[in-house]
Amino acid sequence: MLSKEQIAQRIAKELQNGYYVNLGIGIPTLIANYVPEGLEVEFQSENGILGMGPFPYEGEEDADLINAGKQTITALPGAAFFDSAMSFGMIRGQHVDLTVLGAMEVDQNGDIASWKIPGKLVKGMGGAMDLVSSAENIIVAMMHTNKHGDSKILKKCTLPLTGVNCITKVVTNLCVLNLENGKFRLLERAPGVSIDEIISATEAELIVEGDIPEMEF
Amino acid sequence: MHPIYFPKYTAFAKLFCNFIGYQNKNQMINKTVDNVQVALNDLKDGMTCMVGGFGLCGIPENIINEMVRKNVQGITCISNNAGVDDFGLGLLLKQKQIKTMIASYVGENAEFERQMLSGEMEVILTPQGTLAEKCRAAQHGIPGVYLKAGYGTEAAEGKETREFDGKHYVLEMAYKADFSFVKAWKGDTAGNLIFKGTARNFNAPMAGAAKITVAEVEELVPAGELDPNQIHIPGIFVQRIFQGERYEKRIEQKTVRQKN
Repeated sequence: MLSKEQIAQRIAKELQNGYYVNLGIGIPTLIANYVPEGLEVEFQSENGILGMGPFPYEGEEDADLINAGKQTITALPGAAFFDSAMSFGMIRGQHVDLTVLGAMEVDQNGDIASWKIPGKLVKGMGGAMDLVSSAENIIVAMMHTNKHGDSKILKKCTLPLTGVNCITKVVTNLCVLNLENGKFRLLERAPGVSIDEIISATEAELIVEGDIPEMEF
Repeated sequence: MHPIYFPKYTAFAKLFCNFIGYQNKNQMINKTVDNVQVALNDLKDGMTCMVGGFGLCGIPENIINEMVRKNVQGITCISNNAGVDDFGLGLLLKQKQIKTMIASYVGENAEFERQMLSGEMEVILTPQGTLAEKCRAAQHGIPGVYLKAGYGTEAAEGKETREFDGKHYVLEMAYKADFSFVKAWKGDTAGNLIFKGTARNFNAPMAGAAKITVAEVEELVPAGELDPNQIHIPGIFVQRIFQGERYEKRIEQKTVRQKN
């Protein structure tokens, strides 16, 4: 089973040279730590920066320089600032090549639920609905099951949706899945995790064909 | 018009321009007001106000404090976030001044939660890019826009949808607001604005998106001192400008790394 860091590390392998990438809060944020050496990749934060750098050193934080998680950040040489309308213009206009975000549930229709649990305090969807509806290339980074052990990879989402028919790839602590014609195809297993374990932890229909390799990092 | 057909007109225009050029010493329109009290003197109960900022980054601190002091009631507030318990729009919440809150993310604010659950305050959660675009549409005189965000979710409930090239879109109408309150880093007396870092956020698309836009700036300079090439928001979008005082610029989530 993968740790959150290892999920991030596996997703980092999907980065390609020249990619503009938007990382959601949580596991996706960790991906920035695993960008392969020599790859030219720029991170976009939807509150208005391209070329987001690491956290500042103590004492160098700037209230006017934050990411979408409201954390203090730095701007790399060559970074650009812009307003929120333009930021979502670049997302909506599909200028951002890859979006990685977390989820509470995904289903085989490509639907994603990530913002609201009925009966619990609602904080809002932030930019998640805009991101999932606009991006062509979305990777969902999530734990395979919830804390009760129930599958988060479903035939049909039960929670209020963030977007419909929009996700394709899912990387969990157990495996890598790709959505194909209304079913999830099992592409890779986490090291030491059996196909049976994955099947029993997955409520959605799975396509398991041929040898399923273990992930490589 | 070719001058050959209108020789008299051209001659007259030349004369006229010379006259204007001589008379007009290139005075820019002065948008300055003395202070925040003057800037907000016609803000009334029940009005709709856009408030710039993302989290606590780039919020119009002086204007919010004046709204609190005036204790205007029944405000509809369009802002990406709702501040924190003791800063930003949280201060208005504390006095129960907000009737309707339109935001994309309201975060962890105990008083906000209480007022929302008790029904004292109406909350309209709106996808962040949609919120920005509804401001931009208002700023640009566009009645509404078709956006993909929220299609098939409760954010699109009751809204007109339309299909273009096999994809589904939701019709989102431009906001109609009485006031837009924005904060910039530098501004001049003509109302031109320059923002710093990620504080541009909603301040830029909200400028000029309401009947009256009030801008507070950290540094106000005479017209002519800012480089026209560097202006982010031209003064035409701003009706009133003043230099703010005592900026706290609070950081919501201080995150740092260690040297070595």
